[in-house]
Amino acid sequence: MKSARQRPSRPANPPDPAAAYRHSVAIDGEKCRGCTHCLAHCPTQAIRVRGGKARINPALCIDCGECIRRCPHQAKKAVFDKLSDLPKEKIHRIALPAPSLYGQFDRLSDVDYVLQGLLELGFDGVYEVAKAAEIVTAYTRRYLARTDIPRPVISSACPTVSRLISLRFPSLCRCIIPILPPIELASRAARIEAAKAHPDWDPASIATVFISPCPAKASYVKNALYGEKSDVDAVLSMSEVYFALLNVIHPGTTPTIQSQTGMIGMGWASTGGESSALLNDRYLAADGIENVIHVLDQMETGDFRTLEFVELNACPAGCVGGAATVENPYLARVRLQALRRYLPVARQYLPRGGAVPKKVRFAKPIEPKPILLAASRLEAMKKMQAIEKILPTLPGLDCGSCGAPTCRAFAQDLVEGTVQMDDCIVRLRESVAAQKSAEITESAPKESQ
Amino acid sequence: MSEPVVFTYPIDGNNFTSAGGASVAVKQNLRALGFPDDVVRRVSIAMYEGEINMVIHAHGGTATVTVGEDEITIVLADRGPGIADVERAMQEGYYTAPDNIRALGFGAGMGLPNMRRYTDEMRIDSVVGTGTTVTMKVRIPEEGA
Ligand SMILES: Nc1ncnc2c1ncn2[C@@H]1O[C@H](COP(=O)(O)OP(=O)(O)OP(=O)(O)O)[C@@H](O)[C@H]1O
Ligand code: SF4
Ligand SMILES: [Mg+2]
Repeated sequence: MKSARQRPSRPANPPDPAAAYRHSVAIDGEKCRGCTHCLAHCPTQAIRVRGGKARINPALCIDCGECIRRCPHQAKKAVFDKLSDLPKEKIHRIALPAPSLYGQFDRLSDVDYVLQGLLELGFDGVYEVAKAAEIVTAYTRRYLARTDIPRPVISSACPTVSRLISLRFPSLCRCIIPILPPIELASRAARIEAAKAHPDWDPASIATVFISPCPAKASYVKNALYGEKSDVDAVLSMSEVYFALLNVIHPGTTPTIQSQTGMIGMGWASTGGESSALLNDRYLAADGIENVIHVLDQMETGDFRTLEFVELNACPAGCVGGAATVENPYLARVRLQALRRYLPVARQYLPRGGAVPKKVRFAKPIEPKPILLAASRLEAMKKMQAIEKILPTLPGLDCGSCGAPTCRAFAQDLVEGTVQMDDCIVRLRESVAAQKSAEITESAPKESQ
Repeated sequence: MSEPVVFTYPIDGNNFTSAGGASVAVKQNLRALGFPDDVVRRVSIAMYEGEINMVIHAHGGTATVTVGEDEITIVLADRGPGIADVERAMQEGYYTAPDNIRALGFGAGMGLPNMRRYTDEMRIDSVVGTGTTVTMKVRIPEEGA
């Protein structure tokens, strides 16, 4: 809360937050029954129920998957790729398993069985994202050693958080660490490794396939979130791959492939793993979208100035709680702890000191894209004025029966002209009741007066 | 020239955990209106400090934020105990907050000095036994200035 440094003001961004962002959370129109359960849980108020069906505003959606978790009718779905969608020439497929995958299996004694299972499923190679995570950790330590960076530094690993910051906390964009997330470094390294191991493969025939705990990573790959096109070719749902793996994992056999991650890389699957690996105790690690928003609000007010690093994960317990995982996040975390137990602390090292090379940095910084009410401030003021006028005339219940998450959101929709006053059922009922009682008093004999 | 937009928030003095909520709402509204980061930041910090003071020292009150085209005015009015020596209270490091509040990280005596630092104008009207009204203004720099 205390004195935050002053900065020169920056002109507001052109209002195009929609800018054709391609999402990975979608509504199944058949299954949606318009029940409004999702409305209140959407952290950016991106959902409206209109004509009995929910709709997501793409300009506001951050692909957090909260609506997928809340929908009682399974009408919200995460959209992933299929291997059959890959271009025909991409015949050599390298799997990039996220470390959260390892926590999905019951009684797994060794990660190697999972990696072997991926080969059994037909992948031509495996590159663990956890391995790349250890490299990111090493670069993060270097970055934190600098004195000329905005602090506290925020992790760039969760794409939901990065997009949330750019839309709702634009002034914090500059704090996001400009180092590519493990998924990206893993894809690039996997490609190089595969080309080396198989000089006979045409580089254009190699595809990297990420096995994802969440729809947000699928969106990350589609949208060049960090300034340039992602190197990843396809993103598969972790739960689908999990069920396929169940048939091919044979604990009795000896895997031919060996995991190359240590405790640090595996730790990235759950909250606190990334930050504790920095060996610096001035960090904060939070998860769950509500908590994340709370922390970001506090950061904007200038709190936490003495912190070095802030790790934020949109999902409960971290990526183990992603919307495409199978197992309960807390169980998965415990399993990962057991799997990590006898591993070396890390298996990837970088010499201390030194710079963060360009090849692991963002091509462009994350752009602030605040959600504006209107393109010009004058117009926005007029709208806000109108919203404030309408607000006191609404019941103030935030009940969602109008199809908007709050009365304020409904007032804004009214001003935008997308709804009518009578869509507020509560108010309608009140006015009908008032009318009726007025009629009764009028028609009643006025003997008592 | 358009009419100013006015936001009014009751500040609940009995609910410490919700303290700071009004400043967050103001921050979001200012951002939706397209104000520059620096203005949003200064208003939300100054208001946050004042809002917390109302909860800790004055059992709550009312916050009124008037957003005009060239300045934003924040009025924080309470019916708390008042401040006997305003000049002294404005000094950095002066505080009267109890220990349990200080344990949370508040009560460093930095609130009022910060409010002055982040605003272009600040005025405190306080009567002991009646209440305190803090009025702050943040001017909006010309576009592109
Ligand atoms: N609204 C108010 N009503 C009564 N007294 C107040 C009010 N605001 C501030 N004060 C008095 O002024 C003192 C200084 O306020 P200031 O905000 O600078 O510091 P603080 O609130 O004690 O600590 P900090 O703001 O650093 O957490 C307070 O300790 C309190 O005695
Ligand atoms: S916390 Fe992990 S699983 Fe959840 S949205 Fe972020 S990156 Fe995806
Ligand atoms: Mg104070």
